[in-house]
Amino acid sequence: MSVISAYARALAVQTGRAQPVATVRHVHLSATPMVFIPLKLAGEAAAPLAALVGTDPANPRLLVVPQPRNRDLRFAFMAELADVMLPYVESFAGVTETVEAKTPYERSSDAPQLLVPNRGGIAFTKLLGRSTRFRRADGPYPVHPSVPVLGQWLTFLAERAEYAGSSALVAMTEVLALHWATGQSPMEDANLATQLAWIAPPAGQNGPEAALAAEDPLTSPPAGPETHPDFDGQVLDHAIRAYETSNSPAQVREALRTQLEPTWTLMWQAVRLLRELPEAATVDARWAKDRDQFTRETARLADGGFPRGRIDGAVSAAIRLADLESALQTYEAQRAFDDPLVMTEHRVAGKAFSGEVVAVDATRRIVPPGKTRAAPRPLVTIRTSDPVRLSPGKRLSSSRNRKQKTEIVSIARDLVVIQINDQMGRGSTPAPGSVPEVGEIVCYAELDPSGGQRPRLPSGEDTPWTHGGPPAPYVPTDEDAQEAWS
Amino acid sequence: MTRLDTLRGPAAPLDHNARTIAALAVNPGCDRRALLDAAGIDKQKTATHLGYPAPFGQSPFAITRAKSFDALVKANGCAHLLRLLRHTLGLSISEASYSDISDVGGNDNHQVRHTRTRALLKRAATDGEGAGTLFDHPLLKLGVAGHQVYLEPAIIAFQIEGRFHVVEIKSFAVIDDQADAGQVAAAARQSAVYVYALRALFASEGLDPDRVSHDVVLVCPKDFANHPTATLLDVRQQLAALDRQLSRLTRIDRILDELPVGITFDIETQSPDEASKAVSTVDARFAPECLASCEMALFCRAEARDSGSTDMLGRTARDELGGVESIPTALGLADGSRSASPEQTEIAEQLRYVRRIYTEAVA
Repeated sequence: MSVISAYARALAVQTGRAQPVATVRHVHLSATPMVFIPLKLAGEAAAPLAALVGTDPANPRLLVVPQPRNRDLRFAFMAELADVMLPYVESFAGVTETVEAKTPYERSSDAPQLLVPNRGGIAFTKLLGRSTRFRRADGPYPVHPSVPVLGQWLTFLAERAEYAGSSALVAMTEVLALHWATGQSPMEDANLATQLAWIAPPAGQNGPEAALAAEDPLTSPPAGPETHPDFDGQVLDHAIRAYETSNSPAQVREALRTQLEPTWTLMWQAVRLLRELPEAATVDARWAKDRDQFTRETARLADGGFPRGRIDGAVSAAIRLADLESALQTYEAQRAFDDPLVMTEHRVAGKAFSGEVVAVDATRRIVPPGKTRAAPRPLVTIRTSDPVRLSPGKRLSSSRNRKQKTEIVSIARDLVVIQINDQMGRGSTPAPGSVPEVGEIVCYAELDPSGGQRPRLPSGEDTPWTHGGPPAPYVPTDEDAQEAWS
Repeated sequence: MTRLDTLRGPAAPLDHNARTIAALAVNPGCDRRALLDAAGIDKQKTATHLGYPAPFGQSPFAITRAKSFDALVKANGCAHLLRLLRHTLGLSISEASYSDISDVGGNDNHQVRHTRTRALLKRAATDGEGAGTLFDHPLLKLGVAGHQVYLEPAIIAFQIEGRFHVVEIKSFAVIDDQADAGQVAAAARQSAVYVYALRALFASEGLDPDRVSHDVVLVCPKDFANHPTATLLDVRQQLAALDRQLSRLTRIDRILDELPVGITFDIETQSPDEASKAVSTVDARFAPECLASCEMALFCRAEARDSGSTDMLGRTARDELGGVESIPTALGLADGSRSASPEQTEIAEQLRYVRRIYTEAVA
């Protein structure tokens, strides 16, 4: 959190309504997202209890496990979930577009997007994937053939969710917090009902009143995956007993429906709120990465790809970590360049500055270090009132041209002199428009949208002994397929 | 009758457990919690009486699951536990005996159980190996804020090669060798309380406190099954934190001295209004983290909201606002409608700048 968002939170308290911390939408929103609200049984590692799922706000599908301790009923639930999710996921696999690159390739024109209420929903999705992806349709404990396939897709989506800027599996409270500061604490923002109450209070109420009302578990049951302890003790326990004597899941279904439907309404309300925001400039580029990964996973599964092992090998783990870092770096930079409000956080921190160009030396030519011939290196002087905490030599980027490399030459009081190093055409003088002009308002930041370079790593077969030597490739075992799920 | 008894009223004092001590140490500056806890007041009932029932509870399913896992690990004289200690942790235990101190000859009086715990542990420590290996439900005592409290035991103390270990049984799963970080951290904080109390007991018996290991044995279900697995958890960091926090805990006497004479928090004879006024005479230090651990949290939050305190926005936000205590002050400094005191000049300048660029960017 920065002082900007702290200030916005204070303003929210004063005005009684959430305040913006973004002016554009930084996540992709599919035309047909699938909302998925899973519930689990308290105290168990990954015992699904119920889910409300679907792409049509008016027509959610309710799935329940009438006796959550019964393993067969759990797998029946997973098969039912596969029945809803797999057709949705697979519907995107068929339609592709050709990407113009050095070696053109096919990419899905669109991809599935799963929306869950909160961070816990992502963690539980990952656990559901983990507990089903190794299963088999044959052998001692056969499951429906769709169950392991669903397990692989849930694993894929949960892994995408770890990448900053991915929109494949999204936690709604986190997306909302990216765009609005409420008058409550970040911890309380993890409650979708109170967070939305601050952002869009019902008519006749202000944010704090609505948020207080939304804390009542009777009107706003928890958004999962945990259920409310009172509901467990006073309602669910009896309903499960009733199922055991009558063998009819009706009572369990009705009980769980009351816990899920309010969240379902909130999820679609949040979707509508987000749709009202204009999409940020780089959202499309990031969604293209999600579509790339979706296309690759589709191909891998079509080839009969094994489920992901329990633990990563050393090299693949290092690659993953580097990619996660790079994605985060790119995402932070892109978000700031897309949105002047996000940029203010970097300006306050002294990592970015905005101001008016007061002088330009466009014809300056020097012999750059390590070169033999003189090249254009224009100097631009910017007057800023921002508290710049950068030193000469720092490399900067700007939203004018995100690829253009610039560096700080000097800082004296409110005057910052920067040197422009590339993206000026091939001529002996800079191409028109490639260098800012006097009077222009510009913003430069120590943010690198390129995400840096991945360190050179050996291939998996060359894993050094210090890291356990080459890992044995994961091959599914009978034990994994028959793993207990109690 | 001590002043603490007067505060509590006729109700019986409540026991501490590792969770409450750990929670206390999380927010050591809160006088209200320190006092209510030291007096053994039932915060759950008090909060309900004041109209702000605690926002959390435990599901009966979670309780059942925890109990059944606990029973499984301890079944047949801790057979599972001994297997884990031998194989998973590679300890050479030839023979093991098991003594349960949950009652002494049918007497579950605290003083009796505590005396028995002391005697058994001392004998084990001085006699060496043969004097019993596993001690279930030892009742420990701890000085909290200058006040002795009993610790409700939920652990096993176990001796190997002259060193004592605390064994904590938790029912959250370890999946592919990974457990939920938040739950492991909570378990580590709680285990540290037991290690701390056990060391205090050793010291008071003239034994070397370092004979209680800082490595705690954490027993959890493995993957999705009910099968237990064990890991060693180093709680040195938590111990150091606990030691620092407990020593910093505001002395109860100091708080009592500032209270009006004859004040009581008794909820049986006082109306919610009267009790609420009485509780409000003791300062609280609200932080949103309290919502997860303190029964009084909603009462204190309402208080913080009424006074426009920056505490309600979270600790980070409060720090970012330069520690300014009230939201109207922070906003007043930002728009210049309030003049800054000498120590506020710096933050006031920053807030004015923040307001300017925020307003520009939103427009």
